[in-house]
Amino acid sequence: MSQLPGHDQNPGQRPDSDHWLVRPKTIRLLWWLFGVILALTVAGQYFIHFHAYFEVDGWFGFYAAYGFATCVGMVVLAKLLGFVLKRPDDYYFRPTELAPSQLTEEIEAEEGGEDV
Amino acid sequence: MFEFVLPPAILMIAGALLIGVARPALRPLIALATPLATLYAVWQVPDGIQLTATFLGYEVQFVEGSNLRRLFATVFTIMGFGGALFAFRQSKWWELSAALMYAAGAVGVSFAGDLIVMFLFWELMALFSTVVVWCGGTERARAAGIRYAIIHLVGGIILKIGIEGLMIHTGSVEIRALTLDSFDTWMIFIGVLINAAAPPISVWLADAYPESSPMGGVFLSAFTTKTAVLALILLFPGTELLIWLGLIMIFYGIIWALLENDMRRILSYSIVNQVGFMVVGVGIGTELALNGAAAHAFAHIIYKGLLFMSAGAVLYQTGVRKCSNLGGLFRTMPLTTVCGTIGALAISAFPWTSGFISKSMISSGAAYEQMALVWYLLVAASAGVFLHAGIKFPWFVFFQKDSGLRPPEAPWNMRLAMIFFSIICIGLGVFPGLLYSLLPYPVDYVPYTADHVLSQLQLLLFAGLAFFVMLPMMKRTLTITLDFDYFYRRMIPKVAGFIDRSLSQARDRVRDALLAGGSHVVSQIRVQSYRYFSSRSPMGQMAIWMAVLLAVIVLLALN
Repeated sequence: MSQLPGHDQNPGQRPDSDHWLVRPKTIRLLWWLFGVILALTVAGQYFIHFHAYFEVDGWFGFYAAYGFATCVGMVVLAKLLGFVLKRPDDYYFRPTELAPSQLTEEIEAEEGGEDV
Repeated sequence: MFEFVLPPAILMIAGALLIGVARPALRPLIALATPLATLYAVWQVPDGIQLTATFLGYEVQFVEGSNLRRLFATVFTIMGFGGALFAFRQSKWWELSAALMYAAGAVGVSFAGDLIVMFLFWELMALFSTVVVWCGGTERARAAGIRYAIIHLVGGIILKIGIEGLMIHTGSVEIRALTLDSFDTWMIFIGVLINAAAPPISVWLADAYPESSPMGGVFLSAFTTKTAVLALILLFPGTELLIWLGLIMIFYGIIWALLENDMRRILSYSIVNQVGFMVVGVGIGTELALNGAAAHAFAHIIYKGLLFMSAGAVLYQTGVRKCSNLGGLFRTMPLTTVCGTIGALAISAFPWTSGFISKSMISSGAAYEQMALVWYLLVAASAGVFLHAGIKFPWFVFFQKDSGLRPPEAPWNMRLAMIFFSIICIGLGVFPGLLYSLLPYPVDYVPYTADHVLSQLQLLLFAGLAFFVMLPMMKRTLTITLDFDYFYRRMIPKVAGFIDRSLSQARDRVRDALLAGGSHVVSQIRVQSYRYFSSRSPMGQMAIWMAVLLAVIVLLALN
């Protein structure tokens, strides 16, 4: 079932031969398109009145700014927490003086030390 | 119509058992027909208490119908059918059978008229979901299944303590709205919340679900947490504590999903996140919010099932589960990519998907109650959902870099199941009336207003912009992230091991000291006695000792 990383093709060397969706030209186009749509969603607020439940949410471009800022905040928070909480992938399966050696041996045999 | 009400859960259990005894050729047919027959039975259950039975001397209400109960039972059976369609050619028969027993437990809880019946089906779910986890077939699945079972059995015991206390103190185990004013109701509350994956006991979900088979994960994603949501709606509507618990679940789910590398663990954390929205809805407790929680549970089961299907299809075709080793699969698995993306858009509540019409009811519920803080947090969380599940999952699995993997498209039955669920996701989004007509309270909520659609698009698309701007910070690493299970998988064993080793060292030292001291005494006795009493010792000394001895005897005699 599983396939090894392709040897017969190297997309990095011949960008035009790769799928049209990942060619640099397409990606540039997609960025432009995305930018235009973003601008339209904000510009649309000139024509459609947003119903405000509270105060701040009635401001112009509130949802855009709030969505962007909170997401950046969450990514940064996750990154910072990651410094404390991230552990090597096999953390719970390493032979330790705590884990029964039998368990760790079986896991290694099963996974062959490869990606699962 | 029918005079006699057939309990839908019993029908489903019968089907699940039949799979085991049927000829192999008939098994797929039974697996597919059972949920459909159950769905029919679900819609034959009228309102009110329909069937009572005697159990251990108690009159129990086996089947009770209402809009809310039929809604949940309906989505559980649809999920059973979709899951069976996804799995019937790949799963072993015992996995299908266990999955349908699990679904039967969920249907049974949906119609339970009292807490005794609810508890029985609750435990049925715990048992057979553990079997589904074990069907992953690996050593990791075995270990995770045991941890999963321990937590759910302990949760069941806590629930049972509460139910028995309630029975003794009030004499009634009716399912009705309870208040958190006694030990008993607190126990029931905690028991239900453990199944809802509320913090801190939430990690069982992300620990066990990703270890199941590619097919098993689809079933697991649906039942346990959503029956807990139903139980919360029935037992604890409007409990304010739930709002804050739900908000913690929402942000915990987002942050841990952002850190995660395993694709199905990302989806597992996002279950906690989505259930958090429902728990907030229950906590707000207005008709609109409760409708929102129920609608969101319905929509969530379908799109989360769809997401687990697309992840399962990728896992089945490639055997790879980590985002750091995946990517670029859209080339050879276009249908899985499209369906997975539809699921991702639905979970993000994009307009014209099922998530849009359900999640907005919950946040509007908060807004109408003037809960400003809750509302602002829910809006931020909606953006965060798009970040951690809506883009992250499809991006890292199907796009990002070219991993070089060129798996063929998933088998036809898996494709069919994904198309079926994609149609439901979009169908409910385009025709919200379909879902709104099933909700417990009358709906006068209009999801599609110009400003709602545009504000939601603004929010989500700028969240998407944040994702691509922050992409360098989100590069997948071959790591896991510590969670609450660290305490019972590492810290407690570490402390116990420290105590154990310290005690054994102390014991060794004491023993060594005693032995060394003892042997010194013994050797001294030997050496000294040799010196004074042996035949080789000088005669003079012997004479002195004899004199001493005589003197003692004389003294004793004189006395």
